[in-house]
Amino acid sequence: MTSRRMVIAMSGGVDSSVVAALMVQEGWDAVGVTLQLRSCDDRMASRSCCSADGITQARAVAGALGIPHYVLDCRETFLDRVMRPAWAEYELGRTPSPCLHCNREMKFGYLGEYAERIGADRIATGHYARIERNANGTRLLRGVDRAKDQSYFLSDLSPEQVARLELPLGGMTKPEVRALARTMNLVSAERHESQDICLAMEGLGFPESLRQRFEKDTRAGDFVDPNGKVLGPHDGFHRYTIGQRRGLGIALGTRAHVIGLRAEDAAVILSTEDTDLLSSGLLATDLHWYTPPMDHCIVQIRSRHAGAPARLELQEGGRALIQFDTPQSAVTPGQALAFYDGDQLLGGGWIDVAIPR
Amino acid sequence: MKGIYLDHNATTRPHPAVIEEMCACLENGWGNPSSSHAHGQEAKRILDRARAQVAALIGADPQEIVFTSGGTEADNQALCSGMAVAQPGTLLTSAIEHSAVLDTCKALVTQGHGVHILPVDSEGIVDLAQVAAALEQPAAMVSLMLANNDLGTLQPVQEIARRAKAHGAIVHTDAVQAAGKIPLDVRELGVDLLSLSAHKLYGPKGVGALFVRRGLNLPALLHGGPQERRLRSGTENMPGIAGFGKACELAMSAMKARSDHSRRLRDLLERSILEGISGTRLNGHPEHRLPNTSNLAFEELVAEDLLMNMDLEGISVSLGAACHSESRKPSPVLLALGRSDAEARSSLRFSVGESNTEEEIHRAVAVITAAVRRLRERRTR
Repeated sequence: MTSRRMVIAMSGGVDSSVVAALMVQEGWDAVGVTLQLRSCDDRMASRSCCSADGITQARAVAGALGIPHYVLDCRETFLDRVMRPAWAEYELGRTPSPCLHCNREMKFGYLGEYAERIGADRIATGHYARIERNANGTRLLRGVDRAKDQSYFLSDLSPEQVARLELPLGGMTKPEVRALARTMNLVSAERHESQDICLAMEGLGFPESLRQRFEKDTRAGDFVDPNGKVLGPHDGFHRYTIGQRRGLGIALGTRAHVIGLRAEDAAVILSTEDTDLLSSGLLATDLHWYTPPMDHCIVQIRSRHAGAPARLELQEGGRALIQFDTPQSAVTPGQALAFYDGDQLLGGGWIDVAIPR
Repeated sequence: MKGIYLDHNATTRPHPAVIEEMCACLENGWGNPSSSHAHGQEAKRILDRARAQVAALIGADPQEIVFTSGGTEADNQALCSGMAVAQPGTLLTSAIEHSAVLDTCKALVTQGHGVHILPVDSEGIVDLAQVAAALEQPAAMVSLMLANNDLGTLQPVQEIARRAKAHGAIVHTDAVQAAGKIPLDVRELGVDLLSLSAHKLYGPKGVGALFVRRGLNLPALLHGGPQERRLRSGTENMPGIAGFGKACELAMSAMKARSDHSRRLRDLLERSILEGISGTRLNGHPEHRLPNTSNLAFEELVAEDLLMNMDLEGISVSLGAACHSESRKPSPVLLALGRSDAEARSSLRFSVGESNTEEEIHRAVAVITAAVRRLRERRTR
């Protein structure tokens, strides 16, 4: 079984449906797979990319393309490898990046093991990023549609996971993909966008959804100013993230934002000064590289961040001291880091500590 | 669909003669059998013939056959209507019944009825001593399947019916999986109610029957007309019933040939796997079972992986009852046999049928052998 068998991760949405159609056209022995991350009766599954609705849609698309389609029940694994660790981060006053964990653990981890078990050596997904292969290996690049670029979300994949990845949509824009879906007569062409809110219960934020899912108590504490002065009480430490301005639940008369979270006493540190949000650098952990390590490159610190030039002092154990050429706002512990040279993704890591300006 | 189909306990391909009968009914027998004109009369003739054909398969009188929408409805009616007229007491059933029975039992419990679920031994057979002990308490009904869908294991229904009847209980058996595969006689079995389904014996889906012994007066489940002696209202599913009748007639005349053919291929498949692949074992009773079914455990493997690998090579097998496949839970039948979660998850059900050939079995064995080797190599890497 050394055929060109390929697993297509199908959510039922338009992107992965087009991927499946393209791979069939290219002559791959395509096998559609949908990961069931949640129970159909779980409130958190509503309107999400992983709901029963998506499974039905994916099966219909696979059927129309004449390829096999399987649903893998990975509800337990998802809970253990993505949801529980995410809650643990919130408890520490950090803000997790669950989509990156989901990609590494589920879409490329769990699914990667599955691909091996059915003798497939490639996995294709509908992410907007590009893969380039040549004699020197595999390069991961930003998507051509910079507004849709999802390479940041792939920055925690292992080099082995990247090596067998196919990303057929990286050279297209979303309207082009949708137009292609129409010309291909795919039933999912008009489907609404699946969002990363697939992790939250309807009407609730992600951290509050986790708290309810795991039946944890809320942790009350105080708002304090940068000098430690108590400004008033709050009733849930997990609800706050660095840089947050809205829904703070306290009126100070002036615009304020969260500049720090202290797990020891559940304190939420507020400031009215924009400059208090700036960091000159950060301590990073779990660095990994697809290329030889760099000591100066573009560092992206969250999904909606343009990337900023920074100097990297690599330390032992995959750690690094990263200093921005100019200070950056809202450097948030728990978020993922992605390193770039132009469009090329060089590697990734995680923000452990922000260094105040 | 091409490919090798080894999942005949899930459903069967309608026999060409059945399809012909159904088409003929749609073309020429489309009248309403309740109408008194010639069109109705023609339809009635088809209905009567089918009823006689179904009755003949199980040694019943045609008047004792009630057509239903399938095995599930037959089971629902047997238990719900049966409990409504039975003497006071509990409903005895087994842990490995089809969910059409077990879920109906759950519904009956919510309505205030008592249900006693009998355990099975490690080979899937209900212990007669346990039945006898349970019958010491007042029993309203006993419902035991004739052959288990996952294992093919046969229950001692005749013996249990004899004992239950002595206590005045109504006896039902779900014969959906057994019918057409082994000879059946309701008088010999001594049951009051027996469920059948057409699509397990090369008939169409959406039609089945409940045998109701003459003299047992049941209330209806569906109301609305005089059809089926008022036991099952609604204009009859004529093409389905015509096809069902034909399928029963074929099953009757081909019983021995089909059974011999199935047994030969099933044994070939089973022997090849048990002798050729290490760490494999049989689930269920080796002798007391249907001639076409083999449920095998593949040590250290997840059967779902094997199933998908085989499907990708065009071979259809199953993890057990298709009705459970969306839940991805291990077969409740295997758990009831005392198998561990891992053992239950490592088991595949093979069910052969009329159209299978020796060549197909050899090919299936080769594919399974290669898949098992590859999956095991991967594990030890």
